[in-house]
Amino acid sequence: MALNSKIPAGSLEEKWEKYKSTCKLVNPANKRQLEVIIIGTGLAGASAAASLGELGYKVKTFCFQDSPRRAHSIAAQGGINAAKNYQNDGDSTYRLFYDTVKGGDYRAREANVYRLASVSANIIDQCVAQGVPFAREYGGLLSNRSFGGTQVQRTFYAAGQTGQQLLIGAYQALERQVALGNVTQYSRHEMLDVVMIDGKARGVIVRNLVTGELERHFGHAVLLCSGGYGNVFYLSTNAMGSNVTAAWKAHKKGAYFGNPCYTQIHPTCIPVSGDHQSKLTLMSESLRNDGRIWVPKAKGDNRKPNDIPEEERDYYLERRYPAFGNLVPRDVASRAAKERCDAGYGVGASKQAVYLDYASAIQRYGKIEVNKQGLSNADADTITKLGKEVVKEKYGNLFEMYEKITGENPYEVPMRIYPAVHYTMGGLWVDYELQTTVPGLYALGEANFSDHGANRLGASALMQGLADGYFVIPYTLGNYLADDIRTKSIPTDHPAFVEAEKAVSDRINQLMNIKGTESVESFHKRLGKIMWDKCGMARNEKGLKEAIAEIQALRKEFWSNVRIPGDVNEYNPELDKANRVADFIELGELMCIDALNRNESCGGHFREEFQTEDGEALRQDDKYMYVAAWEYKGESNFELHKEDLNYEVVHPSARSYK
Amino acid sequence: MEHYTMNLTLKVWKQKNAKERGRFETYQVKNVSSEMSFLEMFDVLNEQLIAEGKEPIAFDHDCREGICGMCSMYINGRAHGPWHHTTTCQLHMREYKDGDTIVVEPWRASAFPVIKDLVVDRQSFDRIIQAGGYVSVNTGNAVDANALPIEKHMADEAFASAACIGCGACVAACPNASAMLFVSAKVSHLAMLPQGSPERKERVTNMINQMDKEGFGSCTNIGACEAECPKGISLENIARLNREYIGAMFDGGSQNAK
Repeated sequence: MALNSKIPAGSLEEKWEKYKSTCKLVNPANKRQLEVIIIGTGLAGASAAASLGELGYKVKTFCFQDSPRRAHSIAAQGGINAAKNYQNDGDSTYRLFYDTVKGGDYRAREANVYRLASVSANIIDQCVAQGVPFAREYGGLLSNRSFGGTQVQRTFYAAGQTGQQLLIGAYQALERQVALGNVTQYSRHEMLDVVMIDGKARGVIVRNLVTGELERHFGHAVLLCSGGYGNVFYLSTNAMGSNVTAAWKAHKKGAYFGNPCYTQIHPTCIPVSGDHQSKLTLMSESLRNDGRIWVPKAKGDNRKPNDIPEEERDYYLERRYPAFGNLVPRDVASRAAKERCDAGYGVGASKQAVYLDYASAIQRYGKIEVNKQGLSNADADTITKLGKEVVKEKYGNLFEMYEKITGENPYEVPMRIYPAVHYTMGGLWVDYELQTTVPGLYALGEANFSDHGANRLGASALMQGLADGYFVIPYTLGNYLADDIRTKSIPTDHPAFVEAEKAVSDRINQLMNIKGTESVESFHKRLGKIMWDKCGMARNEKGLKEAIAEIQALRKEFWSNVRIPGDVNEYNPELDKANRVADFIELGELMCIDALNRNESCGGHFREEFQTEDGEALRQDDKYMYVAAWEYKGESNFELHKEDLNYEVVHPSARSYK
Repeated sequence: MEHYTMNLTLKVWKQKNAKERGRFETYQVKNVSSEMSFLEMFDVLNEQLIAEGKEPIAFDHDCREGICGMCSMYINGRAHGPWHHTTTCQLHMREYKDGDTIVVEPWRASAFPVIKDLVVDRQSFDRIIQAGGYVSVNTGNAVDANALPIEKHMADEAFASAACIGCGACVAACPNASAMLFVSAKVSHLAMLPQGSPERKERVTNMINQMDKEGFGSCTNIGACEAECPKGISLENIARLNREYIGAMFDGGSQNAK
């Protein structure tokens, strides 16, 4: 099947406006007859459910957590971008669009990114109207901060809990629709297959995680808002339950998977402390606003950080990238940290860490505060004390979290940080309308591949999730469903439902009957290690080929030796996890295949064979300026389809932050 | 930070499902690292149980960074354990020493029935939010975000109330199993902002009614909720809720109250 991205004609500025004024509409009486299934209730899912419920569609939401409010969007710390230009510092829709395309290393679709930038301002308005308590200035107006990869201040935030506040806003809007009877919500339910009838997605099979029962649900359309797949690496900043299962089932039913190898490794996470580690914790990128990153100039310097004098420190980001300094994009900052550690300059017990230092920010803020308060003869202690207070107000919760995890006080000692898997730019391939290659099946938010190219800028995930849910899908879904108003609800005893449920049930029974000797967790750890070592921050042909063979072997072993305790018909978290890990294993192989196919370095995808003399990513625009969309053809068999990326407005150049 | 390992005795509540009776089960966990989180210690124990062919302990958890509100253990008589302003997932094992015995129970409240072991059903909280914990604004209705300035201290206070993660520790800590801190945090968050003001009377009335319907107990000003809240939600919220509620009552409740 040829890929049709359905990008509307016209200039970049006109495309979305034109689409909105010409797309098909569904009248209110017909909306009440149309059923929509939404998988996942994070920012994308909750905002879509609330908006579609408001419009009058009959919506069902499903999440595996105990409440929609737990979705992992909640953990986003730093903020959400919007081209409001409240700071009068030269921001505009075009600049946000440009920064995003450049930040994505020219591997995103121009039309999608422009639409994202143009609805960004509406998102802030909507959230404020819902009562989201963004940070404000003394004049009562909204406050902004800077973020990596940009030179303007366009990030709106609520202390270090922006994701939480935005999700609670969307969750409350969703709960209102539940109260009004427009949405039915199912918590502790996990989607285990898409039901296809006459070539269209017409429903899902879900498992009630409390009772173990399988359920059939019909929908005129199915929206996957199920997040990213970073947990394929086992250790990541994702929640423990975050998984690829919904997207992977859709992939196996015909939805192409776009750019699976594009993984974002976030530069500022708390380093791994031991084999027991179950997840990694992110420290918001906003910390790079004021913190300075360094390692000792001498190899293997074992002195305590505060004993190393200024002139013996290497502020390597400021040295290598004077224009952006500590605020280079995430992929650049992560690779630079890895480069220093690999070269033997790492710090801490593991030597796999660099310092993030707040000493100079404390002094700078202290001096400003002294001036503000008119303390002309303030001594050094007063300056430090006032400076710490300012830092505490800005980043207090992050500093507290660091101290709880590491037992060290970051106001006194520089934090140790190291990159960790954080976000996946790849995802289900979607067209301009967010529809996958399966009619009636949509993917929103991190679950799709669409807006971030090969690298996402900070504070843009929240923006995309809410843009898709509040402002894009209400139009594009109507355009599809307008042709479906004569389709009556299909009873769930239809053979397609029966067959899909049987396949799910057979697979669960097969898993339970293996009765092997190795736990699910242990397989997941082994998969994660292969992925991190060979398909992580740096990749090469040899490693990727080895990884593919190792993953295939791991899959065989998993299906012959996994041990799942408990029963099928009860609350059984080990079984839930086994279902997910089985899918991660298959996805891991595809990620390596994609990484092997892409003989270039771009954004988060760094192939060691393709770098400049000073170690920067080297793109091959003549050969790889396309989206790699993979079609599932059977076990270990994927066919590549290419969507060429045409840059009509932005001229791709070597990305420089120097 | 000095690293050490320890052996521990765990007494954990085991309950097959909501219908069957539960009991404490005793486990020995060996070689626990002081750098582990409390839940990682449970991971180690569960791996050990699976290897021995026994059933692992079911517990709720997800983000493991203290924000999703899913983890919910009652540890040695305290919701989320001994650390101030800390969820179970952020509690670390350096709190304990070799030879310690730790008792772990689920949240106990009739409005939070046990699903299995340490896992409880908190959908009653969703239903309280459904009763009015929102601003009625449809997508697309919003004015410019800066059209309505909000005093910084009000915005900050609203944020402090909105920081509630809905974990239910307040209910678990309260001898009456009251949900007043949870409800008051949402009522306060929205009442303090101009956007939430038009519906404040119906909101407080309907949310309180729903709380009562769910079977949560009454507030008798004990303050255990505030002491155990991992996000530092203050008792002032309850005072504010009472003012809101009385205000709504004097107004004859509200025309839209259910």
